[in-house]
Amino acid sequence: MTTKTLKASATGSAILPALFAVILGLGIITLAGHVQASALHDAAHDVRHATGFPCH
Amino acid sequence: MFSRILTSALFAGAAAGLIAALLQFVFVQPVLLHAELYESGELVHFGAEAVSARPELPGLFADPMRDGLSVVFTMFTYTGYALVMVALMSTADKMGHAVTARAGLLWGLAGFITFHFAPGLSLAPEVPGVAAADVEVRQIWWTATVAATGVAMWLIAFGGNAMAYGAAALLLLAPHLIGAPEPESFSGPVPTELGALFAARAFGVGMAAWVLLGGLAGYFWQTEGKRAEAHA
Repeated sequence: MTTKTLKASATGSAILPALFAVILGLGIITLAGHVQASALHDAAHDVRHATGFPCH
Repeated sequence: MFSRILTSALFAGAAAGLIAALLQFVFVQPVLLHAELYESGELVHFGAEAVSARPELPGLFADPMRDGLSVVFTMFTYTGYALVMVALMSTADKMGHAVTARAGLLWGLAGFITFHFAPGLSLAPEVPGVAAADVEVRQIWWTATVAATGVAMWLIAFGGNAMAYGAAALLLLAPHLIGAPEPESFSGPVPTELGALFAARAFGVGMAAWVLLGGLAGYFWQTEGKRAEAHA
């Protein structure tokens, strides 16, 4: 019984961090690649072109 | 668990991002700066006279602010890629698939296909000044294509049966059969030689950086795991 509970909680705690990391990563990619605010766009301009994001 | 993901992703993303930035400076940036001479009208193609293919270009690091920001944002972008990839690596690890530096090379290749090559296949990497559809519409297509391709890569790697491979093939093909948003008319002032070279260089540098990112992420994932075990 105890082992079962431990296992279940171990699996649960493995999914959440992974999910959070994916969301954080996609947030960073969106910020660097997609947000059109002009300061961000200008700063990331060359990177967006070179990395294949739609830029203008 | 989260700190293992975060540490591996930060190390791999920063290192691969820095190398990607350097490769871009050497191979991509000169083509981009060259194209900008046409975008600004300083050079004109299709005029009465042929234009030299070797104009005077600003040297590397001629504009420290611009180039510095490019380094920062490349590292930032690759760290974002790494967070997504290492999180998926941790899930694969939990499923019993070994995540090593060597396996990481394949992860990196799959990441390159997902985030760079698949969207770029129909929405080719653009030199500045090319005609294109509205940026919002292209971003929607880009995002949907990355999502579909990412799921397809996972199905190919871990699906293990004919149905999964069939679904993967459909997901890979669909965005390109539907088609990317295209411009109403062509108005790009940049010579096709530069546009083609830019796309080829962007893909080449992207692939090198991604394979490196995958290998490093696999390596750090393993070493961080051993360190955590030693502490436990």
